[in-house]
Formats: sequence, C-alpha cells, structure tokens
Amino acid sequence: MAGLGTGAARVSRRRPATGSTRTLISSAQLNRRRGKITYRIILTLVIVVFTLVFIGPLYFLFADGLKSTQEAIATPPTLYPHHLHPSTYKAAFDRLDIARLLWNTLYYAFGALAFQLIFDVAAAYSLSKLRPALGNVIFFMMLATLMIPSTVLVVPQYVTIADLPILHINLIGTPEAIWLPSVANAFNIFLLKRFFDSIPAEFIEAAQIDGASRLRILRSIVLPISRPIIGVVSVFGLVAVWKDFLWPLLVEYGYSPTRETLNVGIWQASGTTEQNLIIAASAMAAVPTIIFFLIFQRNIIAGLTSGGIRG
Amino acid sequence: MADVATLRRSKPAPRPARQLATGPFGRKVRRNLSAHGFLVGAVLCFTFFSWYPIAREIIMSFQKAVLGGGYTWAGWENYIRIFHDPTFWQAWRNTLEFTLLALVIGYAVPFCVAVLLNELRHAKGYLRALVYLPVMLPPASALLLFAYFYNPQYGLFDDILRALHLPTSQWVFQPGTGFVSTAMVSVVIAATWMNMGGATLIYLAALQNIPGELYEAAELDGAGLFSRIRHITIPQTKLILIMLLMLQVVATMQMFVESFVLTNGGGGVGNNTQSVVMLIYQYAFAMSGASNYDSASALGVVLMLVLAVFSGGFLWVTRERG
Repeated sequence: MAGLGTGAARVSRRRPATGSTRTLISSAQLNRRRGKITYRIILTLVIVVFTLVFIGPLYFLFADGLKSTQEAIATPPTLYPHHLHPSTYKAAFDRLDIARLLWNTLYYAFGALAFQLIFDVAAAYSLSKLRPALGNVIFFMMLATLMIPSTVLVVPQYVTIADLPILHINLIGTPEAIWLPSVANAFNIFLLKRFFDSIPAEFIEAAQIDGASRLRILRSIVLPISRPIIGVVSVFGLVAVWKDFLWPLLVEYGYSPTRETLNVGIWQASGTTEQNLIIAASAMAAVPTIIFFLIFQRNIIAGLTSGGIRG
Repeated sequence: MADVATLRRSKPAPRPARQLATGPFGRKVRRNLSAHGFLVGAVLCFTFFSWYPIAREIIMSFQKAVLGGGYTWAGWENYIRIFHDPTFWQAWRNTLEFTLLALVIGYAVPFCVAVLLNELRHAKGYLRALVYLPVMLPPASALLLFAYFYNPQYGLFDDILRALHLPTSQWVFQPGTGFVSTAMVSVVIAATWMNMGGATLIYLAALQNIPGELYEAAELDGAGLFSRIRHITIPQTKLILIMLLMLQVVATMQMFVESFVLTNGGGGVGNNTQSVVMLIYQYAFAMSGASNYDSASALGVVLMLVLAVFSGGFLWVTRERG
C-alpha cells in the first residue's frame, strides 16, 4: 500500500496550504509595518505587469479581429476597434475553413491519444508487470530515443512514412501519419511504467489467484489505480499534437479539401489573407486551447511539476 | 537491406512451434508470448518511426540519388557539399546565437519569476495560470500575433517606440548579422513569451520543496535576502536548474517554428534568422528542383551528433552534483 501511496501522491500532490511553509521571506517580516507596505506595492506591481505582459497580447488577439481591414493596418494602430466589425470573424471562419481545420486537428489529436493510450499503456504494463524476456533491452532502447529529438529525424521519418518498409504503404496525407509516430513516445512509456512499478505485486497476484486474465488485470486493477498518470499522459498527448507544426506541415500539407491542422492552415493562409482575418482566425484557433487549459489547469500543472522533468 | 536487418533485430518474440507450449518450459514460452503481445504495438511503432529512421538517416547521409531512381553510395560527398555551403555555417551561427540569447533571456527570467511568485501570498493561482497560458496557445496563433506586433508599418511595437520618441525598428526583418542582431532578439522575445511558463512552474515546484528551516536558520545567522538566495535557494534547486539548462539548450538548438512563422517561411533578411532545422527543411522539401534528401540527412546527422555530444558532455561534467 505504501508504494502505491507514494506513486499516487507523486502525481497528484497538492501544494501545502498558503502560509504554512516558510519561504525566502518570513511571514513575521511581512507582517511588520514596512514589510506590509512593501509587499502590497510589489504584489500590485506584479499583478499589473504580469497581466499586461501575458493578457495584453491576448487582448489584441481578440480585439483586433473585430477591426475592419483598413483599421487593422492603420498607422498608428488603434488600441481598441473604433468601429466594431464582428463580421471579420465570420469572414475568417469561412475563408480559412476554420471548421474543417478545427475538425482535422481534433481528429488527429484524439486519434493520436487513442493510439498512445492503447499501445503505450499495454507496453508499459507488459514491461512493468509481465516482464517478458528482453523487456529491459527493449525499454532501454526506447529510452535511448529520448536522446535523439524528433526534429532531427524528420527527413528519414518522412521517407519512411512515404513508403513503409516491407509493407510498402504510403501514409502521407492520412491521419495515421500523425497517429502512429505519436505512439513512439518514450516519455509516455517511462511515466506509465514508473507508475505501474509502484502498484504492489500482491494486488496482481491476488487477482491471478482469482483466475483473472492479464487483460482483465490491466482493465480492472491497473487502469483504475493509474487514473492520475493516465490523465497526465492524455493531456500532454493532446497538447503535443495540437501544438505540433513541422510534422503536420510535412505530411498533411496541400490537399483539397484541406487536411491541415489549425496551426498549418492559418500559417499557410497568412501569406495571402488580410491581416484582420488572420488575427481573427488566430484568435479562434486559440479559443479551444484556452478553454482546455482552464478546465484541466490542475492536471496540467500537476503533470508539469511531477513528471515534467525528463529523466 | 538495412531495414530488414533492423527489423529482425528488434522483433520482440521468438516464434516457437505450438507443440512446444506444454510443460514448464512451454508455460514460460507462452507467458513470454502473451507479454510480448502487449508490447508488439508499441515496439512496431518504435521500429518504424524511431529506431529505423535513426539508422536510415545515417545511411541516407552517405547515399545519393541516381537518375532514374534508386540510390548509390556517395561516401562523404554529402557532408563535403554541405560544409561548403555558406548557408550551413550561417544557420549554425544563427542557431547558436538563438540558443545563447534564449539562455540569457529565457533561462534567467523564469527562475526570477518563480522566486518572486513563490514569495507572494495572494493571487497565486491567477499568476501561475497567467504565466502558463501562452504555452497552451497554438504556436501559429501566438507567432502570427507577434508578427503583427512586429510589423514595421502598422505594428504595435513600433508605435510604442514612436510614442517614447525612440527610433523605430524593422524587428524580425531588420537586416544585419551582428552577433546580437535585432532580428534574432525579436525571435527570442516571442519564443520566451510563448515558452517560459513551463520552466517557471517547474521551478516553482522545486522552490516549494525547499525546507523552510533552512531559511530560518540562515536568518538567525544574520544572512540577508541576497545571501539567502545565493546560499539556499540556488543550491537547493541546483539539480533542477542543471536539468532544465540542458533541456533548454537541446530544445533551442532545434528552433524552427518561431523563425519560420515570424519570417513567413523565409529565413529573415539575408538568412539572419535561418536555423539549422529550417535548413534541413529547406534542403529536403523547399529547394527548387528535386528534393534533396542527401544534404538534409547529412545535416540531420551533424545536428544529431552535436546534440548527443552536448548532452553527453553536459551530463558527464555535472555528474557529481546530479
């Protein structure tokens, strides 16, 4: 039980309550008159500066999409739209086919997530609990790929996808070109295996004595316990596909009707489309991620601070 | 040839005959087979999309295409060709410039922000979410917005400079290839805004793990604020600082999307924001005429070696502290 506890705690650790931990500056010091005033000033400054720096650009992202084309490229730029043109959003939505780009991106992201969950969870379960012959060698070879970043491999990967060895299938332009390479994610396997390792062997043995098959053990014991880590892996799996640029640019570019992701589609249009439409389209592309972030903020931050550090 | 060899080596399960699957030995084989069954999907994906491309990149870098299809051995020809390409050196120089600038700006800022945020007793969640929000944006959205701000005619940044009576700038399209070029600084600013949230949150978590007694003891000994930062905060987070330093250098050496989107697919004025990965892309997919996978693979191998030597050397130098 203890091992499991630490495993689960590692992922979903909450911060200690405010004030209970001592930081650089003691609470006593802050409670003095001078400390209080200085703290108030610094706090206000930080909030104002951070809001300006991080929300400021987002304000322009959403506000400038409401400008007309003339106003969007006026010199000097206006700080707020003097004449509201909500039709800019409508025009951008139609011209750039945002609905289609959004659908493509969602389809790639959730498909990749499904493949990752099925194959990576199964592999981590096998490596952690079933321990097949040569399992450690395979695990080591997987971890070794962390040393070689994927951008370095785009050319041979592209050539491989264009003509899979032995099978001679061309996956360029298919969703599988994004889904299948996303499974080869050693970091997922590492995180999952480390978590599975913390599940006590007695749980598994007890189920085996009851006659449960290995698939049944995975489904009914391992998966329910591992919900936190699967949450982390899922969030990062989705975000990775959503944010990727180079790979979808290579494998899904230039089809009609478009197979591009939001990222690539908007970038491609940016050369030939009016500035206000591009800003409106960028704003629309940002909305789903902002909503996603606000919903899963806690999981994302927990994942970053627990497993976010590779190695 | 090579693909068959690689595949055979990494094929997970031996194929025993069915009749073997009885007795203690047979049970073991069967156990192993089903365990490999769970592994097979991931192993195939790794084989096709990771292990094989690594080998293939090295092989391709020593090959050249022949007229009428097929490949022949080329020896060091591809390497010699890219070493003679002035853009190659330019791209490396730019990438190093980006990496160094990103270290100066992008490495110190998240740590200082984390130390600051850790001291605040209010608005913690809000500030944390704020810093991380840009990380979640699709890079094209964030970068096209910055390209709009950077626009020399109607951009916001030049307007701010004009309001302050400062000389305006062309930002990413500012010509010049000095070591700290305006163009590259502009790219780094956008990249830091987009990416600093991740490092900040990781530092925050590390700061929260520092035992408070250390600070109390230091205070009793009369240590001031800065000496507490120097003697407690930094040593206590050293491991994370070192890890993130390595990860950040490896990540920034692969800079692509920032410069690509900001300069609209080009490499800036006179290639002054062209990066190594951008050059790989251009060699392979965007040069006029036939795609040139040979040069791209050779450049890929060079980048792979540089990154491997860097991370290996870095881990070796810092091994005692790690």
